[in-house]
Amino acid sequence: MNPFTFARTDSVGAALNAARRLPRARFVAGGTNILDLMKDDVERPEALIDINALPLRAVEMRDGDLFIGALARLSDVAANAAVRRNFPAIAIALDESASPQLRNMASIGGNVLQRTRCPYFRDVATPCNKRDPGSGCGALHGVNRMQAVLGTSDACIAAHASDLAVALVALDAVVHVARRDGTRDVPLRRFYRLPGTAPQDEHEMEPGELILGITVPALAFAARSTYVKARDRAQYEFALASAAVALDVHDGTVRAARIALGGVGTIPWHAPQAEAMLADAPATRASYERAADVALDGARGYGQNDFKIPLAKRVLIRALETAAG
Amino acid sequence: MKRRSFIVSTGVTTVGVPLAARAAAAEASGSVKTAGPKATAVTLKINGREHAMTIEPRVTLLDAIRDYAGLTGTKKGCDQGTCGACTVMVNGRRVDSCLTLAMMHEHDEITTIEGLASGAALSPLQAAFIEHDGFQCGFCTPGQIVSATAMMSEGHALDEQTVRTQMSGNICRCGCYPHIVDAILSTAKSS
Repeated sequence: MNPFTFARTDSVGAALNAARRLPRARFVAGGTNILDLMKDDVERPEALIDINALPLRAVEMRDGDLFIGALARLSDVAANAAVRRNFPAIAIALDESASPQLRNMASIGGNVLQRTRCPYFRDVATPCNKRDPGSGCGALHGVNRMQAVLGTSDACIAAHASDLAVALVALDAVVHVARRDGTRDVPLRRFYRLPGTAPQDEHEMEPGELILGITVPALAFAARSTYVKARDRAQYEFALASAAVALDVHDGTVRAARIALGGVGTIPWHAPQAEAMLADAPATRASYERAADVALDGARGYGQNDFKIPLAKRVLIRALETAAG
Repeated sequence: MKRRSFIVSTGVTTVGVPLAARAAAAEASGSVKTAGPKATAVTLKINGREHAMTIEPRVTLLDAIRDYAGLTGTKKGCDQGTCGACTVMVNGRRVDSCLTLAMMHEHDEITTIEGLASGAALSPLQAAFIEHDGFQCGFCTPGQIVSATAMMSEGHALDEQTVRTQMSGNICRCGCYPHIVDAILSTAKSS
């Protein structure tokens, strides 16, 4: 790790001011992502601003909405009874994230901002347009078994690694962002940017902005949401393909669906066409198969990751069948 | 003041802030305290004892425990949060000490493998690891035992499947998992 200045802050305003005053500064909460990347020389901040003393740890229901403070730890949210009852897809996605130790450390805000696990991004000896714009993409014709099949470009095919963000995108969560002149809300479905020709621009956050928390809007049938994750090991592994689903089923008919995919997209992948196809469709396997085909429409394999396209369809079908009960 | 070399800079909150930023600035009654990049005096409370050390901000909790407090029971395996050999408890919660900075834990209660025994008397789980032969090379063992100690207090030592799931953050390349599970379940049963 390169030397850096360490700044401890105790309020949102102080943290924002520190970010403005200290050059090339980054916020640190759990540290599980940024310290790892700093050891590998991928991230080289000149200052880390410790925000752990900020009062952003609440996890609570507010008029049916779920509010999650940015500094709540994954394990705290996963263990929350209201989360498990009202939004099980979130609890399951968190239970299946990382390891118990990392879930005790990692913050919700840091999780949605985590960088890709692409081995080329993480190895400074290789080309990567996300880490070093213009240097090329090593994964395109290289080791790409874990890479994305949706939302890719010739500049970048790195998969987004978060499980939580997939559940939050399915449930249309909103991110609350603090900046010097106030706060703004960004729907998570518009928060992430496709790589296009500028894969280094990953999301809507601007330098010096800070996530305060996330609101998951009330949704009665989210109580029947679920998250299905396929991976190389039973635990402690990133998704090959995953699906977060909520289904409103009455008398054998789907009234509404919420669908997002993980492990296959360059961003947590919302599937609005599949949702529309399921509305008013019979709650049958045939409907789910058609929805899965639509959800993966436009997917492109790069050789080693071709298997992710049929796998993601099967994972989504399994998730829809599970949510339908 | 233990951190004499910290530059306490209150009052930075309004200087140069445009009028439009007063909403955020009004909230900025707090302070910004900076340290480093040069070494700074820090005190960590490990196993109930205070350890004074002079460290740079980039020193991880793991390196502070091993190289500055001299407690080498906690092991450095992967140094990237993959193996769990560096597991310690912070305020009773198990964490990977390689992926957090020592400076972030000045007011925390840190427990390492050295803090589990009472004098010469091993903790029940430590004794069970010996009885059930829960290790071969032993390198992952301190992390396994600290992690399992925290897991039992979380209430997760229920059955083999749950133990295997909840111990997934600790890798044993000798493959002693069956004996580790036996040691944990026997300890949970008898406590």
